[in-house]
Amino acid sequence: MPGTSTRIDETALLAALRAGDETAFATLVDSHGAAMRRVALMFVRSGAVADEVVQEAWLGALRGIDRFEGRAALRTWLIRIVANIARTHAVREARSLPFSALELERETEVGREPTVPAERFQGSDGRYPGGWTSFPEPWPNEPERALLSAETRDLIATTIARLPTGQRLVITLRDVEGCDSIEVCNLLGLSETNQRVLLHRARAKVRAALEEYMTKDTM
Amino acid sequence: MSELSCQEIVELVTDFIEDAMSAEERRRFEHHLSYCPGCVAYVEQISDTIRATGTLPSEETLAPELRAALVEQFRHWQRSR
Repeated sequence: MPGTSTRIDETALLAALRAGDETAFATLVDSHGAAMRRVALMFVRSGAVADEVVQEAWLGALRGIDRFEGRAALRTWLIRIVANIARTHAVREARSLPFSALELERETEVGREPTVPAERFQGSDGRYPGGWTSFPEPWPNEPERALLSAETRDLIATTIARLPTGQRLVITLRDVEGCDSIEVCNLLGLSETNQRVLLHRARAKVRAALEEYMTKDTM
Repeated sequence: MSELSCQEIVELVTDFIEDAMSAEERRRFEHHLSYCPGCVAYVEQISDTIRATGTLPSEETLAPELRAALVEQFRHWQRSR
């Protein structure tokens, strides 16, 4: 997440970049290049095309550098450029995008099942209807360490990869790449409500996968 | 105003975190959390999930060929300015 110190670093880097400093450019590529390529790959099907898109995006960024006013985070600006170019590529090559806005809207309509299984809550005849049958098991005392282990990260990555397209795109852009909701709505052509529906389902599924993993040793 | 149930809370958690609630809805949500350790645990787990998901890409870098091509492109851009 861009904090104040990153903003300050960014300002210095941008000034250096405008002055033609190659080291500044390389630093920016190393900070944001991989994220840009991941976003490109959400829109185009092959790695080779994604590489082309990333190159075109950086050229676009360099040409537009004087117009970048620093109102948005630099990363957001770069992701917007790369997403727009990737979309144009997909259309120009007469390939359909791996998804369409319409499909994503439709995905929000279906599968309105609860994100936590109904059997975890008391029925209407329970003492507290709709209350937990038993509270969620608290995660280990050192959640930071457990959550950041390589195994947990693999689990999260695998869970995200298996999500329906819309949920996968939204959680990737929001929680992995750190884009804000307005940006994601623009990139994917989603309404704010539907963006939130997809994010809600995706996060609930990742949480459920983590819960299963976290509590399996204590059972 | 009726109390929210735990089952309702888990479906509102994203609206809560994303600040997409009316003041009244937020008040009801927070009131529920004030007495329900189960839902407090659930909301914390969702926050932990978001934080953990945010650590996914940190080790990824670009392929050296692409990085080199980008630097080459930068030099070209600089010369043409």
